[in-house]
Amino acid sequence: MDWGSILNNTLQGLLTPTTLAFSLAALGLAMHFGFAGLLNFGIAGFMAIGGYGYAIAVLTFGLPWWAGMLFGIVGSIIFALILGIPTLRLRGDYLAIVTIASAEIIRLLFLTTAFTDVTGSADGLFGFNTRTDGSGFQNANPLPAGSYGAGPFTYNEQTLWVLIFGIIMLVVGVVLLWALMRSPWGRVIKGIREDEDAIRALGKNVFAYKMQALVIGGVYGAMGGIVYATFANVSPGVFVTSLTFFIWTSLLLGGAATILGPVIGSILFWTLQAFLTNVLSEVAISGILPVSTTQASTLRFVLVGVGLMLLVIYRPQGIFGDKRELTFVK
Amino acid sequence: MNILSSSHTNRLARGIAISFLSFIAVLGIAMPASADSVGEEYEAAILGNVRIDGEPIQGVRIVVDGNGYNAETVTDEKGRWLIGVPQTGTYNVTLDESTLPEGIAVLEGGATQEVEFGRTDRVTKNFFIGEGTRNATSLFDQIVARLVYGINFGLMLGLAAVGLSLVYGTTGLSNFAHGEMVTIGAVLALIFGVVLQLPLWIAIPIAVGLSAGFGWLMDAGLWRPVRKMGLGIVQLMIVSIGLSLALRYIIQFFIGGGTEQLPGFDEPRVTLFGATALSSTDLISMALSIVVIGGFAYWLLKTKTGKATRAISDNPDLAAASGIDVDKVIRVVWIMAAGMAGLAGVLWAYFRPGIKWDMGTQILLLIFAAVVLGGLGTAFGALVGALVVGILIETSSLLIPADLKYVGALVVLILVLLVRPQGLLGKKQRIG
Repeated sequence: MDWGSILNNTLQGLLTPTTLAFSLAALGLAMHFGFAGLLNFGIAGFMAIGGYGYAIAVLTFGLPWWAGMLFGIVGSIIFALILGIPTLRLRGDYLAIVTIASAEIIRLLFLTTAFTDVTGSADGLFGFNTRTDGSGFQNANPLPAGSYGAGPFTYNEQTLWVLIFGIIMLVVGVVLLWALMRSPWGRVIKGIREDEDAIRALGKNVFAYKMQALVIGGVYGAMGGIVYATFANVSPGVFVTSLTFFIWTSLLLGGAATILGPVIGSILFWTLQAFLTNVLSEVAISGILPVSTTQASTLRFVLVGVGLMLLVIYRPQGIFGDKRELTFVK
Repeated sequence: MNILSSSHTNRLARGIAISFLSFIAVLGIAMPASADSVGEEYEAAILGNVRIDGEPIQGVRIVVDGNGYNAETVTDEKGRWLIGVPQTGTYNVTLDESTLPEGIAVLEGGATQEVEFGRTDRVTKNFFIGEGTRNATSLFDQIVARLVYGINFGLMLGLAAVGLSLVYGTTGLSNFAHGEMVTIGAVLALIFGVVLQLPLWIAIPIAVGLSAGFGWLMDAGLWRPVRKMGLGIVQLMIVSIGLSLALRYIIQFFIGGGTEQLPGFDEPRVTLFGATALSSTDLISMALSIVVIGGFAYWLLKTKTGKATRAISDNPDLAAASGIDVDKVIRVVWIMAAGMAGLAGVLWAYFRPGIKWDMGTQILLLIFAAVVLGGLGTAFGALVGALVVGILIETSSLLIPADLKYVGALVVLILVLLVRPQGLLGKKQRIG
């Protein structure tokens, strides 16, 4: 076992574009579930609309990168509105089923061969970050080519630019969510989570508040998808229901009703994934366990599932959550 | 013309291409001898001749479809046609038989045939036509066939859905691991029927029996202890998601990522009536589903445990106060739900066909759609919902692309919730 390289690879997992993208999506889920009590199991759908919206706007409509990102965000707002009108009056578990179904509808629409010219079907879309006419995200990279950082945190100029962009988005997102949640609006949202009828009795329009929460969380999800798209191809194989479950696991790990919990939960989740990937493949190669490397990489997802179960059973408030502010009130 | 891909010259080039095309069109009217063609701006093209006994046929419609491109043309008076395509690759060429003269049809390979480009930019596609009956089926026959397939699929779905709905009714759990219970049935049939080479009539009952045993194990090992801890329904649901992930990847750990087949999956389909063709496996599958669902209905309506199950679904506290052993009934419900899900898995393995580690996940949402359509917690509602979903999926592929047929079912799910959130047979109190 080469512990040096395992440690190195695990440390790399601390700060990757993936971690940043999923932190943003987990923040959106914290808005939906942690604060507003909405059981959204369609966060992958919001991410898909963000990522695909950005890619399609750039490739098909020829928009510059920042306009393409706005396009993805507008798309997620429209999706939230369409999703929210029929579903927000449903009870929790119904909402879970409907949102998971909606995310799957979105994914199948991107997968079908009927719109291949726009969506790329099963192959997905690529080549939208660097454009020949200079309007791409990487074309706007101010960093000169080269290698930056040290040790496990060594990046080329392209990755570093993605990281800088992702960190800025994440910091803005965290501050915004923090400000929102300590505002009067945030208190109403938390009140809806605890007791919807009580808030209604105070004369508040619960439906409107829930819709606002759904839209805001959806924009976070879309930003997660966009940050993901700034460094990777978008394809229907990415935005599957498992992705939603992984983000839920990250969220519950950190604490659903907290601001920094989702971020730290995501970092822990992906660092742990990096660690397990490396350890398990070493275990398989060195023959400590009689498994193939493919089987070894399957094992870490088994551990994710078991981890999620134990977490929800024994520590539903997460690492940073407050037991008094339980989110499983209904 | 690579110039087309450059964005600056794009508009200019397209303008030239369009004027060139209109020029061709004008020529086409003036000189009707030229081959009827579309897509001349592309270098690659598919072309052919439509002739019968050396005599050209004019005005036959030809459609080319593939790689995200679609174009059509009609043959000129020499029977010639040419359709330009943006890139070489594989395309479907369709000869519209309704534009052929009366009594003439495509004799070999069907009206739609695949064409693949070789090293050159041109490929010729000629259809063998002659006197014969057309393979065109009437819309009515097609609808009947789709209905039968839909009922077949719906019955299979129903086997899984009633179990999910009963578990929900008695425990309040929306079980996301139900899809894996379906997969486990199919995998067990694979182990006993293929790996251990047992005959199917032994292997399948063993698979269903062990699936039911797995239901017992899940209740005894996980769900009952968790119920005793007093977890809320949302927590239970997320626990089931964790279980679903763990089980799914454990199955992948053992059987890998490929697709396996059960014996007899490729039984030939025999035309029964109209356009309806079923294999013996399909017929056995439908009969088996009907018998099992019938037995289940009898159990639920007539037996003591069945009545107790319905009582718990209605009001668990009242049922417990009336002396019903709730835990015992729930244990029975888990065993039955898992057994039926296992059988559904075996049938789903034949319907797809194939056994894959994520096959249960693929229909989990359809099972949920069936249950929600019928009304969460109602057993017969789930059955009705399953038939509606099955028929809807099969008939919708007459109208929408086949790879979007699940989308139709899921959209209907959302629309039904909009007007009738409690589902078709559900009670109003169930909505929040």
